[in-house]
Parts: sequence; structure tokens; C-alpha cells
Amino acid sequence: MSAALQLDDVRLAYEGADGLHTVVEGFSLSLDAGRIGCLLGPSGCGKTTVLRAIAGFEPLRAGRIRLGERLLSSATVHLPPEERRVGMMFQEYALFPHLTAAQNVGFGLRRLPQPEQRARVAEMLALVGLAESGGRYPHELSGGQQQRIALARALAPSPALLLLDEPFSNLDAATRERLTVEVREILKAAGQTAVLVTHNEAEAQAMADHIGLMHNGRLTRWTA
Amino acid sequence: MKPVGPVWRAASILIALGVLAPVLSLAWLAFGADLSHWTHLARHVLPQAALNTALLLAGVGVLVLLVGTGCAWLVTVCDFPGRRVLHWALLLPLAMPTYIVAFAYLDLLHPIGPVQGAIRWALGFDSPRQFRLPDLRSMPGAILVLGFVLYPYVYMTARAMFMTQPAHLMEAARTLGENAAGAFFRIALPLARPALAVGLSLALLETLNDIGASEFLGIQTLTVAVYTTWITRSDLAGAAQIACAMLVVVVALVLLERHGRRHQRFGSAQRMRAIEPRRLHGAAAWLACIAATLPVAIGFVAPALYLLWETAKRLRLGGGISDGLLASLGNTLALAAGVTLTTVAAGLVVAWAVRSQGSTTNRARWQARAATLGYALPGTVLAIGLLTPALGLDSLLAGLLRREGLPLMSAGIVLVVACAIRFLAMPVGGIEAGLARIPPALEQASRLLGESAAGTLRRVHLPLLRPAIAAGALLVFVDAMKELPATLLLRPANFDTLATWLYAEAARGTYEEGAIAALAIVAAGLLPVMLLARNGLGAHVEELPN
Repeated sequence: MSAALQLDDVRLAYEGADGLHTVVEGFSLSLDAGRIGCLLGPSGCGKTTVLRAIAGFEPLRAGRIRLGERLLSSATVHLPPEERRVGMMFQEYALFPHLTAAQNVGFGLRRLPQPEQRARVAEMLALVGLAESGGRYPHELSGGQQQRIALARALAPSPALLLLDEPFSNLDAATRERLTVEVREILKAAGQTAVLVTHNEAEAQAMADHIGLMHNGRLTRWTA
Repeated sequence: MKPVGPVWRAASILIALGVLAPVLSLAWLAFGADLSHWTHLARHVLPQAALNTALLLAGVGVLVLLVGTGCAWLVTVCDFPGRRVLHWALLLPLAMPTYIVAFAYLDLLHPIGPVQGAIRWALGFDSPRQFRLPDLRSMPGAILVLGFVLYPYVYMTARAMFMTQPAHLMEAARTLGENAAGAFFRIALPLARPALAVGLSLALLETLNDIGASEFLGIQTLTVAVYTTWITRSDLAGAAQIACAMLVVVVALVLLERHGRRHQRFGSAQRMRAIEPRRLHGAAAWLACIAATLPVAIGFVAPALYLLWETAKRLRLGGGISDGLLASLGNTLALAAGVTLTTVAAGLVVAWAVRSQGSTTNRARWQARAATLGYALPGTVLAIGLLTPALGLDSLLAGLLRREGLPLMSAGIVLVVACAIRFLAMPVGGIEAGLARIPPALEQASRLLGESAAGTLRRVHLPLLRPAIAAGALLVFVDAMKELPATLLLRPANFDTLATWLYAEAARGTYEEGAIAALAIVAAGLLPVMLLARNGLGAHVEELPN
């Protein structure tokens, strides 16, 4: 089930050769269950780092990240990515090249019994409109189709939160416009809490319920 | 991302320590033991063996540089009949182990053998007493034999370098008044110097590793001295002392190689229009063709044809294949399979642990360096170094199992470990390169879909690494089949591989089934050369350790 996301006073930094570099500081936001939030800002503003911290790829230097009732990260707590129930759609899709579209979608369903896995994969493929393409390999799919498989794969295990990292940046303008509407409809139908990261304002307007403007590692505005 | 689990890291550190164990044990043996041996060895064995080794290394070094660089340049800047075939055929001698080429030429060039007989017939002599070529069993003979099978190491690195050198640099030199030769010596050669250093050090490490060719040709090198000091005089401390002297040479060669690799990056940084070969005509074209064919003919075609001919003769005479030879073939395959499994598994652990710790951290780099050090250790040095720890473990185990004898040694486990140490660099290099090509997002996607680190390795990385693992396994398998010096010293009693079978026959001077054993080894050795030729000349160079 989708859950509410809460970030309190988060600080993120990376270790360089000459000490610690702070990338994000004093970052707080809250997003109700079922809502779509968007972090909008130029490249290098720290929005992708925030996303990676929610996914569990970056340790927190300070602050807290909560999802529903669960504490995901703090300066002392770090739940491993596979235990967070957070799904992610990557900028380059990150489809496994050695698996078919259906096997990609089913990758995170190993704990379900076989028949349920098959049913869920079929359901997700139908949801993204690619019911016929399950047997194809990623390189046999168009960019837009790969993107939809990546979405189906991220949604299949019913994550409590879905993260989307510049999900439309590799598509041509026409496909992008069509898919933003489609993806929003799919997320809304599923009641999915989601956080989107982009530098494209039109995309943010079309997709999100709330838009946060980011600048130099800080949230400068959060609109309802 | 959470760092690698403690089990992986411990396994990786253990492997690195295992590789270092023989070196440490050598130092302890050589300096901790009875130093009175030093005087005997210092007076009677070391000076001559060291001088021979130095001469051999110097001679082979000059020859491989001349032949390897010359052929690489010829194939890069000139177009002549046969160039397309020679481009990869020049690699063929890599399939020919040094002890086999020496074995073949000893018979081919024997005073009453086919070559000298033909020359006498042509000149009208009828007795070896009237005419004979200088004896192959000499320092020049050994240099020629080793040089013509080891030049591909230089050819390979030089060719890869020349292929990526931008043409406009050469053209600039020409407009500044240099002729073609001047441009080569002032531009192309200095730019290729780091690559040549890498190829040269690899060829010289092979020279140092060689035991069969120098022994057959009667050159008492340090390697041969280690072997005889231990086998015939049972003097382990003495053998360890000579092995330590060899380690000094090894360290120098590895430093040369590392130096070359550090500077190689600048050379290939700019990717510009490559040098276009110029079409040669008439006599020049044929001269170029002959010049580039000669090394292949000497280093591969002639000995291979000899082995084929001898094998055919033997089989036609109804001799068949003896049970002993068949048993050696089975032993060889079993040994190679065991070594391949061990080495690939260890390589996977090291490469994965290093990647997960972040390959830029000092500790990870140190581990990878230590684990892949073995390629530089000559087989005899490695074997002598392993003997003490292995014998210690064996007596411990025998005590625990309440059994007589040497359980690890007699099961061949020590031999498998020695080969695995020597060949670990190949799969580690290949798997590291393969891992680097897998985008980190795939790993992150898998973790977010609920898969653990180990599960991600199994379900995502292993399937994607299959080509890299297969290539590494093939290289290790073939090298284990060919391995002679460590096998001679560490094999269980009455255990013969094709290589030791051949060695025994050549040492006895009986040329019975040696050719069949040699032919099997060369045929297997052709597989990685084909892989190398198909993947382009640069690929193998990158797979070697950094």
C-alpha cells in the first residue's frame, strides 16, 4: 500500500579527496499518500541526490526519512534498499539486457508463488499497454516501450513509494507529451505515492500535484 | 550502497594472502636457514647461472623488440600481399610453448636431421663431418628459439599502439623535413615506448619462467638451477636462495611493466584519423611480405608442420597411442579443469569484493594487486615458495586424519593451487573489465526490487558476465594445459601431464610420442589465439592486470 513520505532536516554529503562536500542541507518535505511530488531544478542542484537517499543509495549525515510508520534513514539508521519497499524508474531505464520484458517485470516478484507471479506480470504488462510484448528483449523495444516496461517493473511489487529519475529525458518531444499524461493516469489509478525529479518545467506541471523548486541543495519553494 | 559483506571481504583478503604466502615463505627459507649454503652457491652455481640468465634475457629482449616492433610497424604503414592474414597470423607463435619449439627444432636441425641433410644434399656433401650448421645447443641458439616464439607479446602491444596513433603527427613530422624513417624514430617509436615496455616485460617474464627450452638447449639458467638444486640435491634452502635472486629480476620487470602501463594512457588519449597503410609495389612488396612471414614461419609454421609430420608418421607406423600417453592426456584435462574452476571462482570473489568496496579505495587496490601478482612469479619460484607452507599443512592434516603421507600434495591440490595463483590475473582482469561495463543502475534496480547483494550477483551480474568468464576460463584452461615448471616440481608421484611427458622424452633424448603430446598442447593453444585475433588486437592487452 502507498504510504506518506516525510523528510526532516536532511543533510547529504560526499567524501572527496579534500574532505566532506555538502550537497544537500536542511531539506524537509512531506507528501501525503497517493500524491505525486516533483523536485524541479537545474542539474547539479542536488535533486537526484535526494532521490538516491530516499532509495537507500546515499547515507544521511543528519535528519530523518520516514515512509508511513517506518524510519528508512537517519544519521544512525540505514535500511538496505531491498527492504525499503521503494520502487524506482531510472533515467536510462536500467532494464536487465539478458531478460525478456516479462522476466524484467517479474524480477521483484520472486517471493510470490509461480501462478500469482504470472498473473501479476500479465496485469502489469496490460496496464502499460504492452500485453503482447512480454517475450521481447529490451533491445527489441523502442525507447517509449522500454520506458513503460521500466514503469511496469517498478510498480509490480506494489512499492509503498515510486521514485522517477528524469523519466522522460530520453524520449522525443511527441512521445514525452503523450507518456507524461499516460504515466500520471496509471499512477493515479493505482493510488501510488510518487516523487519525480526533472529539470523540465512543463513535465513537472503535467505530472505533479506538488512542485518543489530546488536550488543549491535547498528546497526554495513547495507549492500545493 | 552498503559495502560488501564481511564474508566476501574476508575471502578476498584470504586469496590475496594465499598469493603472497609463497613469496614470504621464500624469504624466510632463504634468509632464516643455514647461511653456509650461500658460500657454496655463491661460488659455484649462482655466478654462471646469473650470467646465463642475464645474457638470455638481454638477447631475447633485443630480438623480440626488433621482430615485434618491426612487424607491427610494417603491417601498420605498408600494404603488401598477405598483409591481412599476417596481421593476425603474427600472433600464432603464442600457441607454441617455449619447450615445444625447442623440442621441435632440436630434431629438425639435428646434424642428421631433415634441414641439415637437405643443405648437404644441395651443396653436394655426403657426411655431417664435411658440413654442419653451428650447434643449436648454445646461447645464440636459445636466444633465437625463445625470441621467435615470444616476439608476439611486443607485436601485440606495439600494433595496438600504432593503430591508435594519430596520422597527423606523422604528417606534421614530414612537413618539418623528416623522411619516413626519421618520422618513425622521432615520433612513432617514442610514442609507442610505454607499450613496448609492457610487451617486453611480458616476454622477458616468460623467458624467466621457461625451464624446458633452456634445459634442452643446455643453458644453465637460474630457473634450471632452482630445479636441479631441489630435485637432484634436495637442497630446499639453496633452491630458495636462487629463487630469491630471480625475484629481484621479477620485481625489476614488473616495475618496467607498471611504468609502461602508467604512460600508455597518454598515448591513446586522442582518437584521431589513424595511419593509412601505403600500397607497396614490385620487389618492395614481396620483400615486405617475406620479412613479415619469416617470424610466423620460424615461430609457428615450421615447428607445427614438424609435429604434424611426426605424429602422422607415428600413427601410420601402427604405433598407435600408448596407454601412458592417454593417461597423461586425462591427467592434463583433469588438472586444467580443476585449475580453471578454482581460478575463476577465486577471480570472481576478488573482482566482486574489489568492486563492492569501491575500486578507488586503497585497501581494495592493494587486495587486487596482491591477488593478481602471481602471473609474474616464474613457476619454479612459485613452486619452491609453496613447498614449505604446503608440507606444513600436509603434516598437520596427516596428523589430524591419523594417516601417513602427504594428503594435499598427493591429491594434486598443491599443484592446482600453484597454477591458480599463477593464472589468477587473467580472470580477475577480465571479470573486472566486464563488471565495469555493467551500469550501476542495474544493480540498484535489482536491490530496489527486493534482491540482496548476493542475489543480485547471481541473477544480474553472473548472466551478464558470462562472456568475460568464458574468455577468462579458456585462457586459464589452456595455460594450465601448457604449464611445465610448477607441474614438474609439485605433481604427485607417477602423475604425468602432456607437458611433463614431453619433457621426460626430450630429456631422455627419445623422440617417440613427444610429438603427439606437443601437437595436442599446440592445438589447444590455438583457441585463445583465435579468440585474441577475433576480438581485435587490443583486447588481450587490456585484460592483463593493471
